[in-house]
Amino acid sequence: MADVTITRTGLPAEAGQVSSLQRLMRRKSTIAFIMTLPLLLVIFTLVAYPAFYSLHLATLNKSMVRFVGLGNFEFLFGRETFWLVVYQSCLFAVTAVIFKAIIGFTVAHFVHNIPSKGQRKWRGMLLVPWVIPPAMSTLAWLWLFDPSYSAFNWLLAHVGVAPVSWTGNTHWARFSVILVNIWVGAPFFMIMYLAALKSVPEQLYEASEIDGANWWQRIWYITLPMMRNIISITALFSLIVTFANFDIVRVLTGGGPLDSTHLFATWAFRVGIESGDIPLGACVSLFMVPILAVAATLILRDIGKRGNEA
Amino acid sequence: MAQVTLQKIVKTFDRTEAVRGIDLDIADREFVVLVGPSGCGKTTTLRMIAGLEEITAGEIRIGGRLVNDVPPKDRDIAMVFQNYALYPHMSVFDNMSFGLKLRKVAKEEIKERVEAAAGILSIMELLDRRPRQLSGGQRQRVAMGRAIVRHPQVFLFDEPLSNLDAKLRVQMRTEIKKVHQRVQTTTVYVTHDQIEAMTLADRVVVMNGGRIEQVGTPNELYNHPNTRFVAGFIGSPAMNFIPCRVDAHGSGLKVKVADLPDLPVPAERAERYRPQVGRELLLGLRPEHIKESRGPLGPGISEIQARIEVVEPMGMETMVYFPVGGIDVCGRVAPEAGGRAGSAMPLAVDMNQMHLIDPATDRVV
Amino acid sequence: MADTALATGAPTRALKYGSIAKDRRWALRLSYFFLTLFAIFFLMPPIYMFITSLKTSAEISAETNPWWVFNPTLANYIELLTQDTYLIFFRNSAMVSVIVVTISMLISVFAAFALARMRFWGSTLLATGVFLTYLIPETLLFIPLFKMMAMVRDATGIELMNNWWTMIILYPTLTVPFCTWIMIGYFASIPKELDEAALIDGATWIQTLTKIFIPVALPGIIAATIFAFTVSWAQFLYPLAFTTSTDQLVLPVGIITTLIKGDVFNWGQIMTGALLGAAPPLIIYAFLMDYYIAGLTAGATKG
Ligand SMILES: Nc1ncnc2c1ncn2[C@@H]1O[C@H](COP(=O)(O)OP(=O)(O)O)[C@@H](O)[C@H]1O
Ligand SMILES: [Mg+2]
Repeated sequence: MADVTITRTGLPAEAGQVSSLQRLMRRKSTIAFIMTLPLLLVIFTLVAYPAFYSLHLATLNKSMVRFVGLGNFEFLFGRETFWLVVYQSCLFAVTAVIFKAIIGFTVAHFVHNIPSKGQRKWRGMLLVPWVIPPAMSTLAWLWLFDPSYSAFNWLLAHVGVAPVSWTGNTHWARFSVILVNIWVGAPFFMIMYLAALKSVPEQLYEASEIDGANWWQRIWYITLPMMRNIISITALFSLIVTFANFDIVRVLTGGGPLDSTHLFATWAFRVGIESGDIPLGACVSLFMVPILAVAATLILRDIGKRGNEA
Repeated sequence: MAQVTLQKIVKTFDRTEAVRGIDLDIADREFVVLVGPSGCGKTTTLRMIAGLEEITAGEIRIGGRLVNDVPPKDRDIAMVFQNYALYPHMSVFDNMSFGLKLRKVAKEEIKERVEAAAGILSIMELLDRRPRQLSGGQRQRVAMGRAIVRHPQVFLFDEPLSNLDAKLRVQMRTEIKKVHQRVQTTTVYVTHDQIEAMTLADRVVVMNGGRIEQVGTPNELYNHPNTRFVAGFIGSPAMNFIPCRVDAHGSGLKVKVADLPDLPVPAERAERYRPQVGRELLLGLRPEHIKESRGPLGPGISEIQARIEVVEPMGMETMVYFPVGGIDVCGRVAPEAGGRAGSAMPLAVDMNQMHLIDPATDRVV
Repeated sequence: MADTALATGAPTRALKYGSIAKDRRWALRLSYFFLTLFAIFFLMPPIYMFITSLKTSAEISAETNPWWVFNPTLANYIELLTQDTYLIFFRNSAMVSVIVVTISMLISVFAAFALARMRFWGSTLLATGVFLTYLIPETLLFIPLFKMMAMVRDATGIELMNNWWTMIILYPTLTVPFCTWIMIGYFASIPKELDEAALIDGATWIQTLTKIFIPVALPGIIAATIFAFTVSWAQFLYPLAFTTSTDQLVLPVGIITTLIKGDVFNWGQIMTGALLGAAPPLIIYAFLMDYYIAGLTAGATKG
């Protein structure tokens, strides 16, 4: 583009200066390219290349010497555990994201409701679960769920409820894993919603109040539509993170009991790293791609839309 | 100090032609104002002079040197932006001295120059503040100070007053004029406000649609506009344009306007307008040349009876609006002349100040 | 009509004023009540960590109220902080995080500047690509990376497995895309006139970056730095997959693999270790909360 402009400007008499400008322009884009080079290096060698490499890996046999085509996939489709993992990953992600969204929205509303000088303090406290490294905080939950010394069961005993096997029983283990995930993720929703709530102009509420809207109508007709974009970006983002989660399940249940809490990530780790079948592990983790791709596309669309609104 | 020359400057953005061939000679020490409606290419022209925008075609010279391919920092210019563009993290002193520091000017000299500029702009006591602690007018001064300390060959201003409130704008206008009289640097100033242009400029450049309509001193533009656009753009309230016809009238000429008695053309203009006899034209009359009629009529002045529809008192004068041939014509009368809406009023039309515009070419004949 | 309205007007209005104030008071009380409930839920695990960390092993296995400390002791802290292994974990984590933060910020600030200001061929596409990269989770990449390390060893003889510094190579994949993305947002919000003023003042591109952009976008830089640090500090999968020797582990993996010995859980020490491990991000958060939150929301609200 720039080059075309210059050649048109260039009168023969100033030929020398034109080429010096060309050199300058070239230098500017060269500088820009050099400045982005490390970024490109990281993205291509450590993200893009491995992503495509795992496609290749997934077509090899266990010792990675023979091409088996879709053999690994066929093998997976024939295994009951695989379908269990598919079911659990979806259940886990959808349930956790819905509850995170609801709790986050509710808490954000309560924080938004109180006088603004107290808001900072509450916001600060309520975000703590998001700040603690999940592997560490899940250890605390593991201890709260401990089979013999569970502090929850101690409380339940006081109200006359029989002890719960938090991580030992299939249903309770799933419940616990989802609970911890909600605990970690809800504050993130809260913060995003709070930021969005603050960006809704106060006049809209005043106008609707004059129009006779009650609090529920205000939320439904003003708050939610105004925040729709942030809500969907946050939810999609959380869907990706939850669906691809590793830390919580790994620390809390290790996938058990009887593989009933394994997700794609934890099962891929078990199969690929711990059992040494790298191609099969790669194959398992690739099953995350479709959902991730859909979510990522939607996020990009929403972010683009937000750009246009501004 | 330097003169600035633009030759056949063209600027095209993707599709839009922002500037379509501009020729302009700006003399050393001159204060030139580019004025025109929004989107007419003033800013683009200024930015091309600054070197912030590449030139699609044409040549720009500053002080005789061709600068088409010279980067902004080597053009020896300083620019004041509409939103001031002060560095928010630097004190006023650092803002003003940033350019000098980058040019490795000695510390003592920097201090001297900044203090001199601060003295001129009376912002000595603000030197330690941050931009966010300043009012709009103070920021404006700092932005000018940043330009002054550099002792550039040319000052460029892009609508520097449009973010100020009306009162401050008038005050800063005088300030800018004073500064220019003091430092005498060649200045190119962009505004959409014709009053600002008239009050500040040695010469005004009226632009429209990427072209120059007319260049001249404020009085030349006011008294002798070349085109309908300039005639309508300069002056406030704007000139009235009334459809009319020129006819022979004895040995002289007369202007025939619907609803009005014939208006004789002053004798000294008769020769100029004779070729237009019988044509449909526009009569251009400024409101200030339609006054209340009092006493005997002087030469070239005709009286009309106007049915006043709207009266707008302004204090020192009163605007009256009355219909002529389906359009509203504005006159400017003394407050005590007693115009009332709905009443008839005798008005004196000063035909010595008339203009005739050919609607086919939009040029003043 | 008008008469009735007038007649009833005064009392209803008085009643309404009172009821609005009462509604507000109740809404406020309700808000505080629920906020307290949620705060209990959100803060319970870390508090329970702290309670446990003050207990002796005897008290932990006793039948007493687990939510109370009867014989508080700092023994767990003293033991951990005098133990070489724990200090090595801490050192490894600190080294990795600090180096990763430095590398990430250098890479992303330069790249963001180029992408936000020096429009060049493919720059918009690249900005989108950066964001997409951020959305790719590490759980998708660790298996191919595992194999790639073996390839690197075979090709060059450099052993990447079981080395803490390998994390320095891997973590930037987690930090650089998001840091670049939010820095693009912060840089793009700087008015164009500011760099033009700098250009006229005679600044080069590098000077514009270091003297104008970085200082003006300092809140963004702090937010991105905090983000990079918390992510590096918390990363669990990569070190779990790629390091095994005790002296090469970082904190999260170290605590989980060494303090849990077989089926013997020394909960006092585990909780102490976890609490100390959570301390650096928590301390940073306590002091720089506003930057932390700005960074969190920047991904969706800026850029
Ligand atoms: N960077 C740009 N890209 C595309 N079009 C532009 C750009 N800058 C200005 N224009 C167009 O050029 C024309 C002149 O703009 P400008 O010089 O800013 O006008 P003004 O006289 O109001 O300062 C306008 O139509 C504007 O839309
Ligand atoms: Mg403009």
